[in-house]
Amino acid sequence: MSIKLSTQRLILAGAAALALSVVGTVATAAEDMPALPQHDWSFKGPFGTYDRAAAQRGFQVYKEVCSACHSLDLLYYRNLTELGLTEDQVKAIAADVQVPDINDDGQPIERPGRPSDHFKKPFPNEAAAAAANGGKAPPDLSVIVKAREGGPNYVYGILTGYVPYDKLTPEQIKEFNVSKDDNFNLYFLGHRIAMPQPLDDNKVTYVDGTKATLPQEASDVVTFLAWASEPHLEARNRTGVRVILFLLVMAGLMYATKRAIWADKH
Amino acid sequence: MASSHGAPPVFNNKVIAWIDHRLPIFSYIEKEYHTFPTPRNFNYFWNFGAIATVMLVLMIATGVVLATNYQPNAELAFASVERIMRDVPSGWLIRYLHMNGASFFFIAVYIHIFRGLYYGSYKAPRELLWMLGVVILLLMMATAFMGYVLPWGQMSFWGATVITNLFSAIPVVGDSIVTWLWGGFAVDNPTLNRFFALHYLLPFIIVAVVALHVVALHVHGSNNPLGIDPKGPQDTVPFHPYYTMKDGFGVVCFLIVYAAFVFFMPNSLGDVANYIPANPMVTPNEIVPEWYFLPFYAILRAIPDKLGGVLCMFGAIAVLFVLPWLDTSRVRSCSFRPIYKWFVLLLVADVIVLGICGAHPPEGWYVPAARLATVYYFFHFLILLPVLGKIERPLPLPSSIAEAVLKKKAG
Repeated sequence: MSIKLSTQRLILAGAAALALSVVGTVATAAEDMPALPQHDWSFKGPFGTYDRAAAQRGFQVYKEVCSACHSLDLLYYRNLTELGLTEDQVKAIAADVQVPDINDDGQPIERPGRPSDHFKKPFPNEAAAAAANGGKAPPDLSVIVKAREGGPNYVYGILTGYVPYDKLTPEQIKEFNVSKDDNFNLYFLGHRIAMPQPLDDNKVTYVDGTKATLPQEASDVVTFLAWASEPHLEARNRTGVRVILFLLVMAGLMYATKRAIWADKH
Repeated sequence: MASSHGAPPVFNNKVIAWIDHRLPIFSYIEKEYHTFPTPRNFNYFWNFGAIATVMLVLMIATGVVLATNYQPNAELAFASVERIMRDVPSGWLIRYLHMNGASFFFIAVYIHIFRGLYYGSYKAPRELLWMLGVVILLLMMATAFMGYVLPWGQMSFWGATVITNLFSAIPVVGDSIVTWLWGGFAVDNPTLNRFFALHYLLPFIIVAVVALHVVALHVHGSNNPLGIDPKGPQDTVPFHPYYTMKDGFGVVCFLIVYAAFVFFMPNSLGDVANYIPANPMVTPNEIVPEWYFLPFYAILRAIPDKLGGVLCMFGAIAVLFVLPWLDTSRVRSCSFRPIYKWFVLLLVADVIVLGICGAHPPEGWYVPAARLATVYYFFHFLILLPVLGKIERPLPLPSSIAEAVLKKKAG
């Protein structure tokens, strides 16, 4: 029996090791890049949940700063109720924007937004977005936290990783060919990033009175964007804990049954 | 219902008896999955056939549900997958089960193949059984590759571009074949359409080949860790309840690991770039296939010639087809092959090295490592196996399975 048990452990350990080694190898080694800041996110781990207050503040940062250039196309205004906003608040937020539509006479019009509308894009189309931003459209932020190596830590790193030109060492300026008009970011591949530093101390005035420091704004908006990328994370974690507990109990029962059935064969 | 070994079953339920008299499905189940004499000495490696079957069914079930919500259109595909993740009730669950299910199907099948290699399950009289297994592996690879294209992210698009372009290495007709595969002059909407159609079709062909695989298995029965044939009832147990129960337990253990990935790290096995919508104008820094293709990708890139690389990559699978005739040893199980045993484990290490090389850009140490590992892979099958079978002195085989089991129990 002990031999069987160890074989089984070996298989499980092997499968896990295989899976983990693959995770390790797929992650591309970033050469000459500083390690990303490791933030203690509320949504980390199997019991993680989104800090609602942080996510609401993050939405305020997105609305007042990021949304000038970045769309959030996969979200509807109605989704905001999941962050704890009331339906009336969501209606008011949606009504604040004018969205293009076609009226009953078939004429193009602009009307106040509704909760069932997608978040309004800052530019009518990709070409307009590119033209207004030096030739390259700013990426949509709907799944940005899942679309970058490092996830929330990467986005947080980018938002807090700007170094002003006069603080750069001569070596950095030379090595990365930085000019006075460039934006230097510690965590961006190649360091020269098209986006000027978007956030700074007191960039927004939080409605809940929280002090708007740069790290505070950055971690708030990353919490909001993490929710936007993975809105069902809390349901997923809750279901996962139950499923795994169920499977563990079931495995125990099946093992006991299996032993009883095999009792006369060993 | 009552039956003993060998005797045809008698069904007490009149409906079942009526049906069985006209269409003997119940007799079949009784014979093949109940009384079927199975070696009594399986270890847990023998669970992975059942586990792979469960994964296949799970992939088809989740896949059909996904297909009812997915749009195979280059303009809509990415957003439709995200709509499944966000707006379809429990869509995130179905999609993550399917996405991680592909990886865990491959994990199960790779362990299943290792089991076959280590215990010599491919040897006479199971050569066709083994070859059908290799056909299943090839079909799985094609299905997985096309499935990965469907979300129409950056890795979908560029993976499809790189892999379909391999066919252009074929002399004379290569370019025409690529155009024919694409349905145009680049990977585009027609490519996505046909990949979706084929991705839906191939799993059912896999089911058919799995059925043949099982039929072939049930002719001579399973191999076992000792690699010797059962000599009588003392060497076997009825499949049910002994192995239904043991397989069930193994399946649940496997599902625990699978569930941990689905619920707590669903994106850890995929590439982040596939959450960026496909853009034909922007090439990703690195184009990397899914982890289960990395060893073959490394072989492809290890050869400095395109056609040579493609041939070696397909050759790495093709060599498995002739494996039963490359192995000249008359002993099946590595338990009794003191030298070859270590070489099988070395082959596993070799494939892992290839996988690591495949995950990194071909520069620095990865280049010679991938080349060396590629050479060893083919050396193992084409030279080592035929020669070793002739010179290795196997350990004495036990006279029967029962004897070995009872001896182990006593000792």
